Amino acid sequence: MIAIKELNLTYDRGTPLETIALRGIDLDISEGEFVSLIGSNGAGKTTLLNILAGEIKPDSGTVKFDGMNVTYQPTERRTNLIARVFQDPMTGTCEKLTVEENLALASARGRRRQLRPALSKQQRMRFQEALTRLGIGLENRLQDSMGLLSGGQRQAVSLFMVTLQPMKILLLDEHTASLDPKTATLILHITNDIVKENHLTTLMVTHSMRQALDVGSRTVMLHEGQIAFDVSGKERQGLKIQDLLALFEKARGVELADDDLLLS
Amino acid sequence: MSSLAFLGAFEIGLVFGLVAFGVYISFRILDFPDLTVDGSFPLGAAVTASLIVADVHPLTATLAAMLSGGLAGVITAWLNVRLKILHLLASILTMIALYSINLRIMGRPNVALLGERTLLTPLETLGLPYYVSTPIAFAVIVTITMLLLIAFFNSETGLAMRATGANPRMARSQGVSTSTMIVLGMAISNALVALAGSMFAQSQGSADVTMGVGTIIVGLASVIGGESILPGRSMTLAFIACLLGSIVYRFAVALALNADFLGLHAQDLNLITAVLVTIAICLPRTRASFKVRVRRN
Repeated sequence: MIAIKELNLTYDRGTPLETIALRGIDLDISEGEFVSLIGSNGAGKTTLLNILAGEIKPDSGTVKFDGMNVTYQPTERRTNLIARVFQDPMTGTCEKLTVEENLALASARGRRRQLRPALSKQQRMRFQEALTRLGIGLENRLQDSMGLLSGGQRQAVSLFMVTLQPMKILLLDEHTASLDPKTATLILHITNDIVKENHLTTLMVTHSMRQALDVGSRTVMLHEGQIAFDVSGKERQGLKIQDLLALFEKARGVELADDDLLLS
Repeated sequence: MSSLAFLGAFEIGLVFGLVAFGVYISFRILDFPDLTVDGSFPLGAAVTASLIVADVHPLTATLAAMLSGGLAGVITAWLNVRLKILHLLASILTMIALYSINLRIMGRPNVALLGERTLLTPLETLGLPYYVSTPIAFAVIVTITMLLLIAFFNSETGLAMRATGANPRMARSQGVSTSTMIVLGMAISNALVALAGSMFAQSQGSADVTMGVGTIIVGLASVIGGESILPGRSMTLAFIACLLGSIVYRFAVALALNADFLGLHAQDLNLITAVLVTIAICLPRTRASFKVRVRRN
């Protein structure tokens, strides 16, 4: 489904601020796989996600979806295949618009937008029904401005927006990081349902080793722009955080020094 | 205020209602501070006047004015989107260029339309005095334009344009081409302003290269004033507020000029405008801080 080859990217090349973000990343993700991507700050997780989404172009290397080269395709052209939930609920939704207007915007993702009214009666009914299933009282707030919802509610809407149009790849960018633990659990629960129901190929960036092991079917760790380890299937079952650390040390020959990753 | 002055203020308020729509689209919807309007307003007037003098049908001349205004908007947007020039600077560049272009179009600093056939000529058969028939005709044109704009901004494409201004990153991730939306929105905005310039030239009987000075401030005054009179988030309310703001602004100016005890004259117009805009911007804030103070006591 996703084939990443020899991806290289350096920020601010030729300046004192030069940072190498990705050093020859190779990664193949097959259809229906749920990959949790982990790594400390500056490991290249977000850069990789941004390249997949089309927000950043790599210096060299290719990205293919279903065999089609999309490396230099702009973000908005690939939205028929790919949808994204951002870390900050403010980024993923539009606070100036109402909840139903946000949903209407998402239900035209990946297709040509027309001059017909964005919201119809049937569409409102469809939104209301589906939001009722989420069970967090959003079905009565369709006409409310998005800015009035809490962070968790906005993130739930962002996730729901993903399901409104068919697509194959879901990118989750630390999408529970800015939520309280209880809401984070709820959002993860909704995420799992959506991924299963729509048979999505998913790439989830996370900062927490716990979450990386609990969610998904495969865990990839990035370190300084390279893949440190990549575990899936039987090898991954029953792994604990300690095992991940051992894997990391074996692969890189250094001890991981990032309290954030260990504690969260 | 005499009824003649009243109707005159109403008429100009309607024309500048179109400017307010344009400024609302650029400033509020696209979040693109656009000074092109200072050039596209006289551009609309210049194109219309030159074509009418050359015996072109006034309707064709008016449509040509809108088209040229739209083109000016596209150029500003292109400077920003493709050449990555800061939006404010891009619009100033187009505005400055338009000054020369307007002189070229007219061939001289002003063109008179006295005795020429304009869009308003057919109204003479109605038997109403011109100062009554013109505001009625303008009210019809402005209302139709407003309804079209409201429908557009509630359509799929219109919604994409609103998202472009409010959250471009989100818009792109929903498959919206934000550059296309900026170009389209700026074209609509400046086409509206050029239409206003065209109507103004036809009702006032002349086009002048300096008539655009301060258009942006008048537009902003109408948008901000309208928002404080009629706050609301829906597109319908927003556009009605723009029109209302523009008309109220004209009455405020007319009252200020008519109040003899103030000793103001027509040449003080820009000063009055600046003061009114300052009041309109500061009023909501002072009102809020006043409320806080009341609550504390």
